[in-house]
Amino acid sequence: MEQTNFQLKKQDAQSHEWDARLHRATRATRKDWIGRGISYLCIGVIILVVASMLWFITSKGIATFTQNHVSLWKFLSGTNWAPDQGNIGALPMIVGSFAVTFAAAIVATPFAVGTAIFMTEISPNKGRKVLQPVIELLVGIPSVVYGFIGLAVVVPFMRHLVGGSGFGIISATFVLFVMVLPTITTMTVDSLRAVPRHYKEASLALGATRWQTVSRVILRSATPGILTAVIFGMARAFGEALAVQMVIGNAAIMPKNLISPASTLTSQLTTGIGDTIDGTLPNNALWSLALILLLMSLFFNALVRFIAKRGQLKNGR
Amino acid sequence: MDAKRKDFIATVVIDLIVAAVVGILVFLLAYILISGLPHVSWSFLTGTTDAFSGAGGIGVQLFNSFYLLVLTMLISIPISLGAGIYLAEYAKDNWRTSLIRSAIEVLSSLPSVVVGLFGFLLFVVKFKIGFSVISGAIALTFFNLPLLTRNIEESLSAVPRNQREAGLSLGLSKWKTEIGIILPVALPGIVTGIVLSAGRVFGEAAALIYTAGQSAPVTNFSDWNPMDPASPLNPFRPAETLAVHIWKVNTEGLASNAAQLSAAASAVLIIAVLLFNLGARVLGNFLYRRVTASK
Amino acid sequence: MLKQYSFEKTAVQTFPDNVSLAMRTENLQVFYGANHAMHDADLGFPKNQITALIGASGSGKSTYLRSLNRMNDNIATVTGKIWYHGVDINEPNVNIYEIRRHIGMVFQRPNPFAKSIRENIVYALKANGIKGKAELEERVETSLKGAALWDEVKDSLDKSALALSGGQQQRLCIARSIAMEPDVLLLDEPCSALDPISTVKVEETLLELQKKYSIIIVTHNMQQAARVSSQCAFFHLGHVMEYTPTATMFSNPQIPVTQDYISGSFG
Repeated sequence: MEQTNFQLKKQDAQSHEWDARLHRATRATRKDWIGRGISYLCIGVIILVVASMLWFITSKGIATFTQNHVSLWKFLSGTNWAPDQGNIGALPMIVGSFAVTFAAAIVATPFAVGTAIFMTEISPNKGRKVLQPVIELLVGIPSVVYGFIGLAVVVPFMRHLVGGSGFGIISATFVLFVMVLPTITTMTVDSLRAVPRHYKEASLALGATRWQTVSRVILRSATPGILTAVIFGMARAFGEALAVQMVIGNAAIMPKNLISPASTLTSQLTTGIGDTIDGTLPNNALWSLALILLLMSLFFNALVRFIAKRGQLKNGR
Repeated sequence: MDAKRKDFIATVVIDLIVAAVVGILVFLLAYILISGLPHVSWSFLTGTTDAFSGAGGIGVQLFNSFYLLVLTMLISIPISLGAGIYLAEYAKDNWRTSLIRSAIEVLSSLPSVVVGLFGFLLFVVKFKIGFSVISGAIALTFFNLPLLTRNIEESLSAVPRNQREAGLSLGLSKWKTEIGIILPVALPGIVTGIVLSAGRVFGEAAALIYTAGQSAPVTNFSDWNPMDPASPLNPFRPAETLAVHIWKVNTEGLASNAAQLSAAASAVLIIAVLLFNLGARVLGNFLYRRVTASK
Repeated sequence: MLKQYSFEKTAVQTFPDNVSLAMRTENLQVFYGANHAMHDADLGFPKNQITALIGASGSGKSTYLRSLNRMNDNIATVTGKIWYHGVDINEPNVNIYEIRRHIGMVFQRPNPFAKSIRENIVYALKANGIKGKAELEERVETSLKGAALWDEVKDSLDKSALALSGGQQQRLCIARSIAMEPDVLLLDEPCSALDPISTVKVEETLLELQKKYSIIIVTHNMQQAARVSSQCAFFHLGHVMEYTPTATMFSNPQIPVTQDYISGSFG
């Protein structure tokens, strides 16, 4: 490249002035530094919260095993929960949590999918005007209110129906069913809407009935999405504390049937943590239950990601 | 004919399912309002609770719920605004950003009881602040941050890119563009999200039982100096909220009319949450019209 | 089928020392990741003239234009030199916000802020520290007059800019840019979203504005380039093929690819 008139000009005074003007910091650059600093700080706070939450709960949760030398296997498989006497078998709570979670998901899924099909395929108009607000209101009702209604309606109802106290897994299932219903429905609606229109049109054009189209084309291609929805619902059920605690009866024993008092990880934590002293075995054992909750939450998270990734591979994206 | 018959049956089944879902909601609302509202009175809304039995009015709890809500929002809105701007504007598409996003996702999927226990561990056990308004507000902030951040990021990202280009091409800094140009356009979505999250925070109890505590000491409503121990504004006093009160009355309450009390308190809680939902819609629409159309 | 043209045979003019240039690029290259979107662009832009950049879509003309005021930062990698008042403004330590104040830009789709007409113009001025009410008012009036919009909006300055028509919005965007009193005005297909009447108005505005500003305009409309510009550069697949005075380009194109493009054989 030949020397241009511009490079030669760089020597002269005017150029120097421009050089300074275009390099010095201005109000805008300062603002940008400040803004960048603020937003980095905010995201930093969130990261710090997550990291310290994981760290504290993990370190408290493993104290049972590292300080009190309880064997992990005994903790997971023992059925006798009496921390004051040094017996910490967490299996009753683990079984209780999984039982209510799966039961609620099994009951809620057909309702959620049915509602979602209605909202997307049968009557989108009523879906938007009536069901959308219904679902939003169901989400909005606080969990203590669900617990209260469970206590006031479901428990007495079960008592009349099958006898006993009425507290138990089946009552918790009823309450959780209503609580996870909106979660699963909303996400199923999203995944049904994401099915390309031409799939449906092609099927209908071939003379398939609406139900054939829905069951064989739409539901099939929305399966990963529906699965994700169910997992989200299960995560909510697994972590729900108060509503379950109010209706399950809180007996830390292996559930023999669905209608006798039982307990879950969350219900045991809610009732127990205030009555134990920090650093003692009964307290540490409760933190171990919290650690299981944390790990399950991470597991549900990972499962959702795994399904999303597989779905992407399948669609060749 | 067989396919047609199946189609008919399926449609009927789905209609029944939908009717059941709508029926459940109608039953829930009707039950709470019918069994609760007759017991809601001015003295119930403003009265004090008997500390032993849990009977009596919910005045202090109602105040506590609102006070905690305001404090929570004061802490969580600025943080999630900054974090939302970071994700929408500054975050590059790399492994670090996806790690940050995963962290936020993890936080949002943690059970609220775990968040509450963490707050308990940090503020009550480690920092020895005790059961207090401030512990509760920070625990609720942890619970609120991920959703609010995501909502703000989505609202900001939904603003067309050409608005950003317009600001930058005039020599405005990225920050000024984001705050002065993008934020006002994204405001309807952000406000809707904030009001909806306020409803969620208002009804939350699990995160508060061991942070804000389960007692509502009678406070002196003529003393508004936040430093006084008896002042309702004192952030270091225990503060049972309405939602926690409902739980407490039902599980440990000795009041003979526990069912009536909790029905009435539930009715108040539900009405508050409904108002938040309605408010979110109305306010969002109003702001949307203001931002898009001429005045 | 697209004919293959040699990228070796180009006809790019350089200007003698006595022509003063507003800007000049040297070896400017743009990469989107591995995609080499712009090759070796060496163009000078004479002061107070309109230079048109033409070419088919995907020829790199918009990419090139957006590099001139660093709007491609964080989007693409731009190498080479961009000379402006003797300073290479493609260096990383240059204050990009200051550059953009001097080198304004108007985009393809009108993008007024969701604010009042007045606020659209004064917002960036205030951010730059201009506080005086009288001065702001004066800038609003002169810039709107400069963009030939004043008569249409002078009574409704407090109305939302979004209530204006597309053509008015685009002229408001031009007014907003010239209110900053830039040196150079970059326009990226400013009329592609406008109707013919609005287009004529914008073109008249540009012809008037070149007395004060140096203008570089990207357009896919050859008639527009012929109507408004004094210099014209033809881009093809990321290469500058020909850069000549507009009259020469349209009456006597120097190389086959330009001849074919002008005659409408492709693009």
